[in-house]
Amino acid sequence: MITHSIAALGRLGIDILRSQGKAGLLLYGAIFRVPSIRKGFPLVIQQIYATGVLSLLIIIVSGLFIGMVVALQGYHTLAKFGASQQLGPLVALSVVRELGPVVTALLFAGRAGSALAAEIGLMKATDQLSSMEMMAVDPLQRVIAPRFWGGSISMPLLTIIFNITAIYGAYLVGVKWLGLDAGAFWSNMQSAVDFHADILNGIYKSIVFGIVVTWIALYQGYEAAPTSAGIANATTRTVVYSSLAVLGLDFVLTAMMIGGW
Amino acid sequence: MLSQRTIETLVGLFLLAVIISLITLAFKVSGLTTFFNQEGYTVTAAFDDIGQLRTRGSVKIGGVTVGEVTNIAIDPASYKAVVTMRINANTGDIPVDSSASILTAGLLGDNYIAITPMYSKDFLKNGSMIEETHSAMILEKLIGQFLFSVSHPGEVSQNEKSPEKNPN
Repeated sequence: MITHSIAALGRLGIDILRSQGKAGLLLYGAIFRVPSIRKGFPLVIQQIYATGVLSLLIIIVSGLFIGMVVALQGYHTLAKFGASQQLGPLVALSVVRELGPVVTALLFAGRAGSALAAEIGLMKATDQLSSMEMMAVDPLQRVIAPRFWGGSISMPLLTIIFNITAIYGAYLVGVKWLGLDAGAFWSNMQSAVDFHADILNGIYKSIVFGIVVTWIALYQGYEAAPTSAGIANATTRTVVYSSLAVLGLDFVLTAMMIGGW
Repeated sequence: MLSQRTIETLVGLFLLAVIISLITLAFKVSGLTTFFNQEGYTVTAAFDDIGQLRTRGSVKIGGVTVGEVTNIAIDPASYKAVVTMRINANTGDIPVDSSASILTAGLLGDNYIAITPMYSKDFLKNGSMIEETHSAMILEKLIGQFLFSVSHPGEVSQNEKSPEKNPN
């Protein structure tokens, strides 16, 4: 009885280590098996289109509404202290430092990550990856690497778009609706937000999130069981694991960066 | 399936939107005006106590920002805080006998350096030092002195006593 449970624990440990190792090998393959620029570039462009351009709508709409809601909530709290002039810094700092990278990464995991996992899982289930190998085409090079690069490039770009739409959403609510002074809104924001410490650190975060979300999606798709239930599992795990990884990493990265604030 | 050319055009538009957003973020949101060090010259001043002054704090003449604090260090010989500040080139010449004081913006605001110009015909150059300085006024110290003088009426506080001793 006891030996059984110890053996089960050991099996669990070995399984975890093995999947970590496979994920590491997949990442290594995706980073270092870049095809020639002339062949690989169009593939990467296609993936930036699939993960970046097609995610624009959800990013812009949610950015706009998040900016508007932060402005509305912040205005009423700040107005109690007679500090409603500080709405600009409040919105800009919270969006640029935290909400922008994190919310974009969560949406990206739901919109692009799940699609990547399902696509690759289906390729595997229908033996497309094996047939590529039969034709001496390396699936890591032809399928995984462009998707990895496309996803990692799209994520910071989407974050920048999210930041700017959220700030303009806050501008709409704060200045156009609640009647704050536009000059005070922008000038307080400019004196509070620092380009390197706030904006660039937010973008660094989003680069890390982009790599992690794409990596998890590709790994889950590539190692999915070749059945319909396996693909369903892979998409679910992609969204769950990458959301957890994003939230956990966000804390670690913030703790590392906070010295500059 | 869209043609490769359409996809490339759409991705190009996407990148263009990103670049415009980044430029807006840099200039409109963070107020980034200089990628490189602006032209100007640096001067130093030694203070007894700089309070909450930090690097990137502003340097003002008559309330107008004319530069920023670039470095704060301790002078190991005199134990004074040596503040290095960069004055923008378009400020014009500042007389050498001007005084620098550390003031607070509002009751709880940030500290900044205010330079009060004087009348000398010699002007500050790159690397010169402002001799006349006034330390930051620290609220806790003032309250402490006030409480001391209230609880010990008739006694004179340490600071006021010392000048009287000197003549003896």
